[in-house]
Amino acid sequence: MFYREAGDFKTSYTEDSQTFPIKFDRYGYYVTLAVAFLVIPFIINDYWVNAVFMPFLIYSIAAIGLNILVGYCGQVSLGTGGFMAVGAYACYKLMTGFPDVSIAIHILLAGGITAAVGVLFGLPSLRIKGFYLAVATLAAQFFLVWLFNRVPWFYNYSASGQISAPERTLFGITVTGAETTAWAAYMFCLVFLVASAWIARNLTRGMAGRKWMAIRDMDIAAEIIGVNPLRAKLSAFAVSSFFIGIAGALFFAVYLGAVEVGEVFGINKSFLVLFMVIIGGLGSIFGSFAGAAFLVLLPVFLKNVLVGGLGWPTDLAAHLELVIVGGLIITFLVAEPHGLAQLWRVAKEKLRLWPFPH
Amino acid sequence: MNEMTGDSYVTEDGRTIGGVVMEMKNITLRFGGVVAIKDISFDIRQGEIRAIIGPNGAGKSSMLNVISGFYKPQEGEVWYLGEKRPPMKPYQVARQGIARTFQNIALFEGMSVLDNVMTGRIRHMEAGLLAQAAWKGKAEAEEVANREAVEKIIDFLEIQHIRKTPVGRLPYGLKKRVELARALAAEPSILLLDEPMAGMNVEEKEDMSRFVLDVNDEFGTTIALIEHDMGVVMDLSDRVVVMDYGKKIGDGTPDEVRTNQDVIDAYLGVAHD
Repeated sequence: MFYREAGDFKTSYTEDSQTFPIKFDRYGYYVTLAVAFLVIPFIINDYWVNAVFMPFLIYSIAAIGLNILVGYCGQVSLGTGGFMAVGAYACYKLMTGFPDVSIAIHILLAGGITAAVGVLFGLPSLRIKGFYLAVATLAAQFFLVWLFNRVPWFYNYSASGQISAPERTLFGITVTGAETTAWAAYMFCLVFLVASAWIARNLTRGMAGRKWMAIRDMDIAAEIIGVNPLRAKLSAFAVSSFFIGIAGALFFAVYLGAVEVGEVFGINKSFLVLFMVIIGGLGSIFGSFAGAAFLVLLPVFLKNVLVGGLGWPTDLAAHLELVIVGGLIITFLVAEPHGLAQLWRVAKEKLRLWPFPH
Repeated sequence: MNEMTGDSYVTEDGRTIGGVVMEMKNITLRFGGVVAIKDISFDIRQGEIRAIIGPNGAGKSSMLNVISGFYKPQEGEVWYLGEKRPPMKPYQVARQGIARTFQNIALFEGMSVLDNVMTGRIRHMEAGLLAQAAWKGKAEAEEVANREAVEKIIDFLEIQHIRKTPVGRLPYGLKKRVELARALAAEPSILLLDEPMAGMNVEEKEDMSRFVLDVNDEFGTTIALIEHDMGVVMDLSDRVVVMDYGKKIGDGTPDEVRTNQDVIDAYLGVAHD
């Protein structure tokens, strides 16, 4: 009824290629942004920020990054945890080495450093594909974690081997360290997420995205119509790692505050982000959000229902939670192998015709 | 066009064909012990429709792959626009203005028709990654300008109604047309068509033939095509190269080729009397 393109005429190619061509979607997007920026910061408390919003925001950035590589460019990567660690350690070294520089710049630089490392580990993708590439990136994962564990320079020779974020402020507001308020941490991550999503969307709807998808769909044909496979693949690795590095830096500096690399950025993290991308939908920015939301919110929701609602013992609930999440992942993938984004797309197509399906 | 050699000629239907755009000189291509192409020379002239025919396994597709840089011949030279072409990667060849379609359609199935055709414009787009990330300045201007060029081709090939459809959902005949659109979008100086009519029914073949002629007529595009349907080849092309077992056995206008005894023996069959 309200969800129509009829009467919503496009008179320029710019209008036609915009992100939300349907008015209803566009308004929905503005409303979401307004709520995220103007309402939520005033009503959230520590619990909501730490259990729900921060993981959701940060994992969304990581999922967007990984989606560019796996979903758009078709290069499977299991090194996400390692690349997040690069972002975290780069951020730590920058924060402690140059305490006078703004934390926002440090986080961007950490993304840049991760991009460089990503390109380095992306080089094998020029020769190997599919599962073999996954194994090569797995090597990156283990190597990077080992490196940050074994070379004391990276953790400034601290006795515990951990890194912990010193207090830093942005525009006079504390965003890292123990004194950080819930809304400040939330806003800080939100700005990075919105910017990441906007950049990722611009890249994927333009020529860069077309080159990546061409490589994904048929690399030989892509080369024959003029895509330089070297540059396309490495640019995907670079952009992807940039976002993942930013996610890692935020995860360390703003969310956790202190990190032990093997625990936080282990192989489990790689799988978690990969699952987000697969469940959310490969090759879709919305899917990255949906996947991150699904895997962050579902455990929290289940915990609240099982422990809070039904009064089960915590340890039992924790195990059951794993079983249920696992079961749901399988159910979702059987029902819709293309992820939540595809479900959403189908729903939208139905909505466009509703209530007169012909 | 710089320095093209050779004289121009006028075809039966009154089109003037220009000088040589591409010349293959003594090309030999081997895969291990197998000789796929043996010492073949021919040229392609500005504005003509040049057919390469031959029985299965004659080396026609290999020849097209040599032109598009996918195979590197062991011997011989490729001359393009009056210059000897150095060894190149396929994407560099594409950026020089040689576009092609494939025998088995090679479209990007996960992308819309529009995006597929837009990829053909790669050699006309050069905005950097940062400009694209911001969708400002050069990136946006290029996107709009190239979209306009692409829309012209979409109109021309009558695929407006499927612009936003993912290619994976299209039927075979339309896919072939989209692939032609993608190659045309590059505004190539030579368009290579590898069996554009393969697997089509008579009606679809007629459509495709019309498009090939229209493309040549409207944009003046030089076309080199491989085709099995002799009727199509003889009707469409200005000059024909005939290959058999990697060797060239005939070269000339359709009428000359038709009466060439070697060609009749090797390809069209020997009369049993």
